[in-house]
Amino acid sequence: MRRLLFLLPLVGFLALAAMFKWGLGHDPRTLPSMLIDRPVPEMALAALPGRPADSGLNTAHLKGRVSLVNIFGSWCIACVQEHPYLMQIKKSGIVPIYGIDWRDDPVEGARWLAKNGDPYDRVGIDPAPGRTAIDFGVTGAPESFIVDKDGVIRYKHIGPITPDNWQSTLLPIIRELSK
Amino acid sequence: MIAEIGHFALILALAVALLQATLPLIGAQRGDPVWMGLSGPTSVAQMVLVTVSFAALTHAYVTSDFSVLNVAQNSHTDKPMLYKVAGVWGNHEGSLLLWITILAVFGCAVTAFGRNLPPGLKARALAVQAIITVGFLLFILFTSNPFERLDPAPMNGNGLNPLLQDPGLAFHPPMLYLGYVGFSMAFSFAIAALIEGRVDAAWARWVRPWTLAAWVFLTGGIVLGSWWAYYELGWGGWWYWDPVENASFMPWLAGTALLHSAVVVEKRDALKAWTIFLAITAFGLSLLGTFLVRSGVITSVHAFASDPTRGVFILALLVVAIGGSFTLFAFRAPNLKTGGLFSPVSREGALLLNNVLMATGAGTVLLGTLYPLFADALDLGKVSVGPPFFNSVFVPLMVPMVLAMAVGPLMSWKRGDLAGVLGRLKIAIGLSLVITAATWFLQGGSAGPWWAAGGMGLAAWLLLGTLVDLAERVRLFKAPLSDSLARAGRLPRSYWGMMLAHGGLALFIAGATASSAWKVEAVQSQKIGEAITVSGYTFTLKEVKDVPGANYLATEGIFEVTKDGKFFAEMRPAKRVYRQPPRPTTEAAIEGTFLGDVYAVIGDKDVVSGGYVTRLYFNPLVPWMWVGTLFMVLGGLTSLTDRRHRIGAPTRARAVAQAAKA
Amino acid sequence: MRRFVLAAMLMVLSAPAIAVDPSEMLPDPKQEERAQDLGKGLRCMVCQSESIEDSNADLAKDLRIIVRERIAKGETDDQVRKFVVDRYGDYVLLKPPFKASTLILWVGPFVLLLAGIVAVFGFYRRRGTAAPAQPAPLTPEEKRRLDALLKDGQ
Repeated sequence: MRRLLFLLPLVGFLALAAMFKWGLGHDPRTLPSMLIDRPVPEMALAALPGRPADSGLNTAHLKGRVSLVNIFGSWCIACVQEHPYLMQIKKSGIVPIYGIDWRDDPVEGARWLAKNGDPYDRVGIDPAPGRTAIDFGVTGAPESFIVDKDGVIRYKHIGPITPDNWQSTLLPIIRELSK
Repeated sequence: MIAEIGHFALILALAVALLQATLPLIGAQRGDPVWMGLSGPTSVAQMVLVTVSFAALTHAYVTSDFSVLNVAQNSHTDKPMLYKVAGVWGNHEGSLLLWITILAVFGCAVTAFGRNLPPGLKARALAVQAIITVGFLLFILFTSNPFERLDPAPMNGNGLNPLLQDPGLAFHPPMLYLGYVGFSMAFSFAIAALIEGRVDAAWARWVRPWTLAAWVFLTGGIVLGSWWAYYELGWGGWWYWDPVENASFMPWLAGTALLHSAVVVEKRDALKAWTIFLAITAFGLSLLGTFLVRSGVITSVHAFASDPTRGVFILALLVVAIGGSFTLFAFRAPNLKTGGLFSPVSREGALLLNNVLMATGAGTVLLGTLYPLFADALDLGKVSVGPPFFNSVFVPLMVPMVLAMAVGPLMSWKRGDLAGVLGRLKIAIGLSLVITAATWFLQGGSAGPWWAAGGMGLAAWLLLGTLVDLAERVRLFKAPLSDSLARAGRLPRSYWGMMLAHGGLALFIAGATASSAWKVEAVQSQKIGEAITVSGYTFTLKEVKDVPGANYLATEGIFEVTKDGKFFAEMRPAKRVYRQPPRPTTEAAIEGTFLGDVYAVIGDKDVVSGGYVTRLYFNPLVPWMWVGTLFMVLGGLTSLTDRRHRIGAPTRARAVAQAAKA
Repeated sequence: MRRFVLAAMLMVLSAPAIAVDPSEMLPDPKQEERAQDLGKGLRCMVCQSESIEDSNADLAKDLRIIVRERIAKGETDDQVRKFVVDRYGDYVLLKPPFKASTLILWVGPFVLLLAGIVAVFGFYRRRGTAAPAQPAPLTPEEKRRLDALLKDGQ
């Protein structure tokens, strides 16, 4: 009986090691969103400068059909990487993309879109302190949310959208929700 | 060419380590003195080869040889020489090489100082040491070669993170590693003892100095890191309970417990299995820290660029080293013979209590550090465990320990008299209560935090208890002063070491309590000529000017500080922007006084008001913390010079005893 | 691999430096103090191991501003905390709430301490039975020698 006590350190250590093995395959920085299955936050975002005043984004725009909300900014390095693919998605017409120009100088944001192309059906600006982004629980750009017909957030994607994750994850969810 | 020599030396070192890990072990099993004796020359050869390799990498850094990938990624020609050298260990590969170098130096030290060790124990301990070395050499050679070439070589390198370009942080990693790797000695001796199936007083005497040396380095390393955070990060904090800080603190707690339990093994021949367990754990936690910092399983501000393949390798290393040791422990430790008896109320009893609390403390830090990973793995959701958790759980756990710390040293061995000891501590009890009450009164009762008075009382209790013990031992005021002084001179050095360390902890507690409770802070936009008063010190911003540095541009603010209308000091905090990589750092200006640090930081220019963002603090009793920890380190060093701790003493003493008998 | 590069990029962007800006601070020192205490318990989401009060990251700054706005509006600490947790989850709290999923964390240290105390009791009991706590009674031979000694003294 007392001998079993001496096995405790080994058992405890092996449990730790198993946990570490699991941990090595997981990025501790990925966080689940709190907003899944909750309605999109109330918002009424102004349009980019030089565009019609009614081209901004508000909550009502996200109802009626499945949509993709994309957080971006002209300062965001990884957004440049994702941008061409967003243009392709736009061309395919599968889903409307709504952009939130987060923590940006709106003039810079408009210039950036003029230069790189504009994949968005609507763009709203969310200058510092980025209240709408915080309502969305955003931690960085780019981030994308899939919103269903009823204006409920169903999926959050952190980081750039790539052909890989679009085909394997995002597109199937959008198809499922569009049924 | 020199880089290739360094690489080649590492490969040779691996071959030598393989020999050292196997032949002496077989020799010890067979009782073959020649094979056992191989542990000596192989450990020396090992040290020479690894040092050559380390020197080769240092050479590449000093000469800014950017054809070596590691140098190109982490150095720059503009860097001052100190940081070129410190850059060697400022990255994953180089720090690993430093780790291996220290491991080899320790192994060589056993050979050099261990001439009187029983040959079997020495051969086995060195073989175990070599097994660890083999693991680390494989790791560096297969996943983290620091000598990899870059073709074509870039014109210049990426530079070193400016935050690391600081004298405090230049020496922080080597000190830490000396501590971590130092615990490998206790570990190797523990494994050797388990293989032999014998742990006795002589073994404990052997292990104590190594553990003490490691403890001194680790304490110094942790304090250097903490001190750096205090003056470099610019808001006067000194401990953040960050996973990487915890990674260094856990082995410290286990090592401190080990130091104390080894005393019981030496004196009473008891607590053997527990002491072995602690020796394995202290080093195990050091390895765990390495894993956490380099694998990316836990998020931390300090982590090296993480890489899962490296993580897998260190995990394998952990499983072999610690899993293997605990397996051996499970089979062998139950057979260790229990020795002498002691009552729960005795010096040994107090040391055991210390061990229970220290171990619980280490367990708590481990739990808090790993809990986010644990909760994630069991799908319990994402949680953060930050400073508020540790402050509210770890700190209260340490209160009974400090309470007992003042009592323990006054207890007699084997069977103590608690009522008697408390009677002798009457004055200390009374005075600590007075100090608690006075603190409460001075902070204006509930105007300050409730725990502050308790913390100061606790510090007073520990300091006074330690001083009462000293006073009694030298019969202060009971014998003539000259007699007392003579007695003080005759007290063993290890006793003085304990006094300094315990007293140092008391000062540290006072400083930590005061700085957390009564820090005064003023953050504002301050115009040139404007005066701001903090805690009685008036800071007038005289001038702000640009001062070029070696590889940065500093914006220096010049404050004239007065107290009660009289000149106190001129303080020059600065904000530096480094050229490569282009990142800012803050350089706080600190003027220490007996009662606390006057601390000033200058920030950016405030475009709206035309002033500068300044942060002015009074950090009460912070110098006490640094002095206290310095005393702890000095205590460890003093104890190391004790005749009984001198390496090789036990066998010599035995030889003398035998000679006397004959 | 890519996500590590991304994370590394985020780390570079959030260089540690001075956090709270004077322009963010509330005019009422009482409220400002509350905001700071509250902020010290909220994790900066992009820097991972710092509180929003200690971090220089933009997101931390935004949260500091929003926390202060809500305090100025008269919300209680719990309301402000709930606002942030609703958006970022328990992960944002540096002091995890006491609930089923954190039971082991909060209770663990005390279980450890208890186990230690039980183990020490077991240790003394085992050894107590192995050897008498009182010195062994004198053998007749010892008794005779003691008597002889005592007689000598008189």
